Amino acid sequence: MRRIADGGRDGRIDMLVEILFYAFATVLVASALGVIVARNPVHSALGLVVCFITSAAIWLLIGAEFLAIVLVLVYVGAVMVLFLFVVMMLDINLEELRRGFTRFAWLGWLTAGVIVLEIVGVVISHAFGVDVGRGPLPEPPGYSNTTELGRVLYTQFAYPFELAAVLLLVAIVAAIALTMRRRPGYKAQDVSRQVAVRARDRVRLVQVEPEKRA
Amino acid sequence: MLNTLASDWLALPAPARSTVWILIVTVGLILCVAYLTLWERKVAGWMQLRRGPNRVRIFGLLPGLGQPFADVLKLLTKEVIIPSSANALLFRLAPALALIPALAAWAVIPLSPSLTIAHIDAGLLYVLSLTSAGVYGIILAGWAANSKYAFLGAMRSAAQIVAYEIAMGFALVGVLMAAGSLDLGTIVTAQRPGILGWNWFWLFPLFVVYFIAGVAETNRAPFDVAEGESEIVAGFHVEYSGIGFALFFLAEYANMILISALTAVFFLGGWQGPFAGYPLLGATWLGAPSFGWLAVKIFVFLFLLLWFRWTFPRYRYDQIMRLGWKMLIPVTLVWIAVEGVLAYYHVGPWRPPG
Repeated sequence: MRRIADGGRDGRIDMLVEILFYAFATVLVASALGVIVARNPVHSALGLVVCFITSAAIWLLIGAEFLAIVLVLVYVGAVMVLFLFVVMMLDINLEELRRGFTRFAWLGWLTAGVIVLEIVGVVISHAFGVDVGRGPLPEPPGYSNTTELGRVLYTQFAYPFELAAVLLLVAIVAAIALTMRRRPGYKAQDVSRQVAVRARDRVRLVQVEPEKRA
Repeated sequence: MLNTLASDWLALPAPARSTVWILIVTVGLILCVAYLTLWERKVAGWMQLRRGPNRVRIFGLLPGLGQPFADVLKLLTKEVIIPSSANALLFRLAPALALIPALAAWAVIPLSPSLTIAHIDAGLLYVLSLTSAGVYGIILAGWAANSKYAFLGAMRSAAQIVAYEIAMGFALVGVLMAAGSLDLGTIVTAQRPGILGWNWFWLFPLFVVYFIAGVAETNRAPFDVAEGESEIVAGFHVEYSGIGFALFFLAEYANMILISALTAVFFLGGWQGPFAGYPLLGATWLGAPSFGWLAVKIFVFLFLLLWFRWTFPRYRYDQIMRLGWKMLIPVTLVWIAVEGVLAYYHVGPWRPPG
């Protein structure tokens, strides 16, 4: 998981990392394509899951292990489960969904073009003598990604961090407040009342006098 | 002979040694799963004043000892039926997706003081993300089968796992506050020696919440609404036969072992001996750390899981949601606050901040 850093990078490991990178990148691009071209919405959602997992793997290759694992934990473990849940529940009309595909295709191509230009710009910037860095340096042994991130988040960026947390809380409260509705005739069980019930509240013992025979 | 073997072993490159350990752990785990199914049926039998499986023997040894192998043979030779309107690809993929996370999580579990297959800094997050990925197998199985019962089971399971994951995560926040690390090995060593120094004592509410959430995550009774055989036949795996069904079975039991192991690591000191640091007993094998202690702790939790299943009736769905959201999560929140106060005033065995 950690980048090998004990004096001079091993050439073989460099090559292995490169091979892994291209393997993951191929899967990532293929599954991203799958997300938009799959006919079945469930297949699209699963393609997105594969996207998240492979991009997490690529993050692992550059040593960002905390972010990689959190990506899988949050997006694959929680967000996409709910996504799938909704996609499976709704009976989506595929015809209607695909109607806009050609109409908005130019927007997609435009976005893709901009992104390609940006990437090419970074790659060829070396030719113009602009130093954009060569990626993160290998960390010293014993370096912990998680600890460093925690230290920065809770000291230097404590207030923005807390602010983001409050923002999320507000969003949660708002979502609940928006979807909560009180229907007339709504029935629910009050468990504490059920537990607190005593036999004498429910059962009345009656002494019935036997009738005398005539 | 042994000496040369040991030096040969140490001369192997690290990846080769890891591969050997992965094989040993995986095969061992699958054997454990096989015998856990037998143990479950035996325990169930004893609880109901029956004998349990007692026909198939191996070499004339204990009655029932060959039962798991007979079961596996039977399931392997059965016809695999794929419903005509099922999504064939996902239907085949789902059992594997259910099993893989349960096995992969073992990579970071500290098995003994010297043996952990992979040291990952954020090991706790790795385990959490894998256990939450296990739900895909169930959801996809339920959806791909194209059956109402299977789909209902999948939906129930998804909602339940998302709900209990939050309680589980909060319980683990308490553990990592106590250990000051996300690394599972450090979480074990950070617990004070001796049975009262382990996390369960100071984090008792979190311990209980974690284990309950673990039972819910494995879809075991009393949280087995995803299967719910009396309501929705067999839930998400109703359409599976033969080896597909066997894989789901394997995944359920592997998950049980995993949750038991994690509870032992997080709250019961993992491989630590219960009497370490005690006078007299501490110097004997009762105080020595070993894989054996981890195995004993796992066994205790597994027995609890079986006991629960054959004792409690199934929860109703709204009761499950109520327990998860309105009881377990508030309990963890309160105890995290209590723990923070205790740690601030240096009450209890907390690691000093910094």
